[in-house]
Amino acid sequence: MLRLALRKDLSRCVSVMLMFFREEWEVEGLQTVGFLLIVCSSLKLLHFLGLIDFSAEDSIEDDFELSTVCHRPEGLEKLQEQTKFTKKELQVLYRGFKNECPSGVVNEDTFKLIYSQFFPQGDSSTYAHFLFEAFDTNKNGSVSFEDFVIGLSIILRGTINDRLNWAFNLYDLNKDGCITKEEMLDIMKSIYDMMGKYTYPCMQDDAPREHVENFFQKMDRNHDGVVTIDEFIESCHKDENIMQSMQLFDNVI
Amino acid sequence: MAAGVAAWLPFARAAAIGWMPVANLPMPVAPTDKNKCQDELIVLNVSGRRFQTWRNTLDRYPDTLLGSSEKEFFFNEETREYFFDRDPDVFRSILNFYRTGKLHYPRYECITAYDEELAFFGIIPEIISDCCYEEYKDRKRENAERLMDDLEDSKDSKLPNMTFRETMWRAFENPHTSTMALVFYYVTGFFIAISVITNVVETVPCGSTPNQRDIPCGERYTVAFFCMDTACVMIFTVEYLMRLFAAPSRYRFMRSVMSIIDVVAILPYYIGLVMTNNEDVSGAFVTLRVFRVFRIFKFSRHSQGLRILGYTLKSCASELGFLLFSLTMAIIIFATVMFYAEKGSASSKFTSIPASFWYTIVTMTTLGYGDMVPKTIAGKIFGSICSLSGVLVIALPVPVIVSNFSRIYHQNQRADKRKAQKVQKARLARMRISKTGSSNAFLHSKRNGMLNQALELTQLPYRMKISDQSSTGEKRHLNKTTSIIESQHHHLLHCLEKTTNHEFVDEQLFEQSYLESGLQTFPSRSPSLSSREGITGTCCSRRAKKSSPPPNATHTHTLTHPHKHNLQELSAIHIQCGEQQTLNTSRSSLNMMQDESASLNCKSSSQVTTAIISIPTPPTNNSPCSPETPTNPPSNSSAGVVKVSAL
Repeated sequence: MLRLALRKDLSRCVSVMLMFFREEWEVEGLQTVGFLLIVCSSLKLLHFLGLIDFSAEDSIEDDFELSTVCHRPEGLEKLQEQTKFTKKELQVLYRGFKNECPSGVVNEDTFKLIYSQFFPQGDSSTYAHFLFEAFDTNKNGSVSFEDFVIGLSIILRGTINDRLNWAFNLYDLNKDGCITKEEMLDIMKSIYDMMGKYTYPCMQDDAPREHVENFFQKMDRNHDGVVTIDEFIESCHKDENIMQSMQLFDNVI
Repeated sequence: MAAGVAAWLPFARAAAIGWMPVANLPMPVAPTDKNKCQDELIVLNVSGRRFQTWRNTLDRYPDTLLGSSEKEFFFNEETREYFFDRDPDVFRSILNFYRTGKLHYPRYECITAYDEELAFFGIIPEIISDCCYEEYKDRKRENAERLMDDLEDSKDSKLPNMTFRETMWRAFENPHTSTMALVFYYVTGFFIAISVITNVVETVPCGSTPNQRDIPCGERYTVAFFCMDTACVMIFTVEYLMRLFAAPSRYRFMRSVMSIIDVVAILPYYIGLVMTNNEDVSGAFVTLRVFRVFRIFKFSRHSQGLRILGYTLKSCASELGFLLFSLTMAIIIFATVMFYAEKGSASSKFTSIPASFWYTIVTMTTLGYGDMVPKTIAGKIFGSICSLSGVLVIALPVPVIVSNFSRIYHQNQRADKRKAQKVQKARLARMRISKTGSSNAFLHSKRNGMLNQALELTQLPYRMKISDQSSTGEKRHLNKTTSIIESQHHHLLHCLEKTTNHEFVDEQLFEQSYLESGLQTFPSRSPSLSSREGITGTCCSRRAKKSSPPPNATHTHTLTHPHKHNLQELSAIHIQCGEQQTLNTSRSSLNMMQDESASLNCKSSSQVTTAIISIPTPPTNNSPCSPETPTNPPSNSSAGVVKVSAL
């Protein structure tokens, strides 16, 4: 009973206090709010004018990205030694290279962009990615002119075995010395992607897989599920079509 | 085609090494670079200023004058340079287009001069890059409008014989055409002024009779004012009816703003005539008199500035809307705050939030009547914040409106912003067409190129037969060298087709074949001869039976494979002979050759469908008809579909 009375008193007291404060605060509260507002806005204004500085706010306006590093290739003579191109050919190649990439290196996006302009109907980005991996021999994420021209030299001026080696390197995505079915399937899909949607006959979904099966039937001599470099070269030598098509690259430049 | 990255074509072709080991079909022969001269510098002399560039740079865009053989017309033998008698300053931009792939429009250049140079060098203006395109379009639009204005002015002076109605309309629209029109113009203006002044003076208290308070003039001299009003309304009515009669399109005239103003101006009078003595609606009748003030808007026909003002307000609708919206927001916020701030004070006028609206508006627009003032400290603080922010909120959109007005005023006529959107759409459509044109170029030249190459093998007997075509043969030769990049690119795409054993077709055909073949699944790799032939035979022959497609449809599936290779699989040839003038490659001699070959091989305008089966026999090149006919002669080519199945 006593407790109940106490509680009632307490509640009455609290309510009276609240009422009192509410009335007071209606005016006083707004005055306080107004005062605070003025203080804050004047601080902001001073900060804006640069007179005071809040250390908590780091302005990120001067966050310029470092411009891309400019890369110069080694001298013409050195490149001539490393590759099998003549001086004039190197000049022509470099002019084209520099035109498209003034900074001297190609990164993967530019690479993909350039390559996609040759295949307007399909999506060549995956294949361009694989190519980029193949050209970027030192794995630093960009292809310099030396990488570019060395790669081209192997393809265009190398022996048949060199070319086949390079192609094997392209297919071997994880560079472990053998091509698995999954790797080949990725490559095949990327090639088929370049065709795009509008083809005749209509592109079936399992076309890449069938093609891969065909390829493995031809190349995989010991039927162990992977194609090694020797199997690859041997099978290619035996295939007349491939041999003939390898000779296409003799007079590209 | 990737004209801008033509220098990377050797790389793209080298990258095709990835396809070779996986391809099952043999690759097509690469186009040989017959006169494979090393890249040489050519000198372009434009009115004395010499520009030098590599030949390959110009070859990037074979559709233009500099990229094609057209420039040979300008070749000067003595000085071994190409001379163009054109503006060298504009030529700078044009040459940079070849170098960088982007065409820029220099702002200081006159638009017509620039257009002429572009037309001369065969470059379409749509290629102008995005950074300069807006400027170009704006200048072009201004120029067109100025030309149209000049045209209209010059047009008005002629036209001897028009109907009476047309003369009247022209007189109304343009008062300076004849004296009558001018007289009419001034008379109506005078009467509008009279009418407005009458309305105003009507309410002035004039003269006071001793017994009553001041009565307005309108009630004192009722008759006089009524007569004046009647006269004005009669004039306005006559004018309106005459305009209605003379308007070329009455419906459109009746919907126009000016005619609505006219109607609203004269209607109150007639309504007043009709219901003079009805006491109930006299209140409404008084309200109607307010509308008489709209007569002042009739002045806008007489004043160009007023029309421009109205147009400005219409075109700045978004800024005005923003102004209104931000003002409303601020008013509501501040009114609420002021109400609660002043609630405590004893005799405050801020009785409710809407009552505070008035205070807020008066304060924000810095009027400050002083009929409502805050008394508490909080109210004063917020009131001052309110007046400061009011200045800002109002000051922000106003300069925009002002600049708009000055711009429109100076130009006097401006197309709608909506028209610009249509132009943008049209531009994008044109660029899309030219881009698809380039990808279709491969499909086109597949036919042309292949047939051409096939014809090349039959060169000797063929050329000798047509002796007078030596010049065209040379021309063809020249064409081939200038589009060597194109042919190499097409060879690359052809290799890809061979690798995947599918062909590029364009959208329409793809949908056609998709619909037709339906659920037919083509056996992908395993060549069972009979089944493959059957399916392709039926599929394609059905297509062949269709009437010849409209000229614009890019054809088809003429898949001619040069028979130089040993075909390991079936391939079907469809040739639609006869009306085939639709191939619109840029240089016509290719067309010419193809048509001739077509006419040679097809006696009638029948559609020949042949199916060649792989027979590893060496190709026979003796007769000109060999590209098309298989080793087995076709059965009989009657009109209609000829289907040859050789086994």
